[in-house]
Amino acid sequence: MTARKLLIGVTALALIALPFVYKQPYHLHVLVLILIWSFAYTSWSVMGRFGLVSLGHGGFMGVGAYVTALLWNHLGVSPWIGIPLALLAAGLLAIVVGYPCFRFRIIGHYFALVTLALSGIVLQVITATRDFTGGSLGYTPERTKGSVLAAVQFVDKETWYLIALLVWALGLLIWYLVDGSMLRHAMEAISEDEDAAAAAGINVTAEKLKITVLSAVMTAFAGALYCQYQMFISPDTVSGISVSLQMVFAAVVGGIYVALGPTVGAVITILLAEALRIGFGTAAVGWDNLIYGVLLVCFIVLLPQGILGSLLVRRAAAK
Amino acid sequence: MNFAFFEVFDVYLLEAIVNGILLGGVLALMALGLNLIFGVIDVVWICYAELIMIGMYGLYYTYAVYGLPMWIASPMCIALVAVLGLLLHYIVIRPLLDAAPINQLLATGGVLFFLQSFATVAFGIDFRNLGIRLPVLAIGDMHFSYARLLAFLAALAGMVTIYLFMTRTYIGTAIRAIAQDRQIMVLMGVDSRRLYLVTSALGGALAGLAACLLVLQYDVHPFVGLSFGPITFMIVVLGGLGNFIGGFVASFVFAEIISLGGLYSDLEWGYVLAFAFFILMMFARPQGLLTRRS
Repeated sequence: MTARKLLIGVTALALIALPFVYKQPYHLHVLVLILIWSFAYTSWSVMGRFGLVSLGHGGFMGVGAYVTALLWNHLGVSPWIGIPLALLAAGLLAIVVGYPCFRFRIIGHYFALVTLALSGIVLQVITATRDFTGGSLGYTPERTKGSVLAAVQFVDKETWYLIALLVWALGLLIWYLVDGSMLRHAMEAISEDEDAAAAAGINVTAEKLKITVLSAVMTAFAGALYCQYQMFISPDTVSGISVSLQMVFAAVVGGIYVALGPTVGAVITILLAEALRIGFGTAAVGWDNLIYGVLLVCFIVLLPQGILGSLLVRRAAAK
Repeated sequence: MNFAFFEVFDVYLLEAIVNGILLGGVLALMALGLNLIFGVIDVVWICYAELIMIGMYGLYYTYAVYGLPMWIASPMCIALVAVLGLLLHYIVIRPLLDAAPINQLLATGGVLFFLQSFATVAFGIDFRNLGIRLPVLAIGDMHFSYARLLAFLAALAGMVTIYLFMTRTYIGTAIRAIAQDRQIMVLMGVDSRRLYLVTSALGGALAGLAACLLVLQYDVHPFVGLSFGPITFMIVVLGGLGNFIGGFVASFVFAEIISLGGLYSDLEWGYVLAFAFFILMMFARPQGLLTRRS
């Protein structure tokens, strides 16, 4: 175990030290994207690993991004207050949809499709209120001059890298905290058999709601962060059904039962997209998703544990 | 992506109601295909709308580009999507028949990505249409497009055909039987693999028919599936997964909500209303509008 702790420490130091020695902006930009999306995918798998397959996380991400940006532009509310409000909004949304779902035992396919409707609603509301949100053309938070801490706007990539790294680490920490908590045992029991879990004294509705709200709030935070970093959001990039599917896909490819699985998924999908974009330019439009699609089918048919998950299982079996 | 599926509705209430009914016909056709697959094979094809999208391209190419007459082009298009349905079952679903339902859902989600980007790569992201404008039928102050009327009638005919097939033929009866009890029918000597293939082809053919009808009214582009895919799922779930009659009723309820919602304010609000109605109904009647007949 000490060797493992040493490894984690060295990796953490190397990751923190990276922007001080290496400043190539494009590479840092890709790393920031990977970290933010890794955090989003980790947020999804916090609940996805217990069989609660949500196709509505695009909706939560959209709420996180749009509430933050709208408060800033229309009311001049600093993201320091706007982001917590956005997280609150996402949490409330999760309760409004989650509570009846769990209360009335909507599970499996039905849960996936109800949450799919949720991301549809968020997408349509953003599009319909185009006078405020810019509709499908997208939306830009008003820029400040230079880096302003109060507005959470920074021009240099190094700062963003460190912020994203911190948030990503926070995501992993939450994953581990859940992993070691009673909540995890309760959720595992629920995912095996809801009736048996209820008979054993687990409050099924409350436990499911806890994990869903946690996951939704984390996802909204990823959305807010993405908005502050990219300074441009559109329903296609932070909300809606395709974003929801993209989250599920990346998490499944990496492996949803291990902490770093979603991160591996983000690394693979983003590097693939960027490599194809650089290698083939506009001729590559569509090719990345074409490859994703084939990979996703192959993974589910051949490697249901995901890449990292399968590797770990194999290593454990070899021991 | 803009949900440009239902274009602009005219101002009159009655017209909106009738248009809602006409729209409901096509939705019911799509819901029937999806229900058939679910009821028999117990799998949800998330990529169903993308099969329709490929079918729309199929008709566009055979009719508008290669200039085949419609009576050859449309059966070809239906056959094409039927074959796609077969392949989908054979390659993706069959290895996953015993896997967790959610894995099947995700695998067809992968096919969704694949088909969308295949269309982007192969056909580009331009909006295309057949370039035929069917005349508009005017009754008093109301206007109905022939394309919609035709789509409604063809959808009805398609549904009646399926009904006859399911009740009057041997294989149709076998399909209905296996939908009722998966284990017993295999013991009775029914070849479930063959029935699943027939069902998949049938589901595909219905998607193909829907494609032929939709391409008469709407432009085709690689992401067109996203404009009616989610709504089809909600209809099927609202009607009770696998419940044909429930799906039929839910199609018209949904079409009216969208049509009337769009009449009183923006089109998107019609959708928001329909989606919200769906979520509310899930809480009120989780098993669907009509409970499944046993």
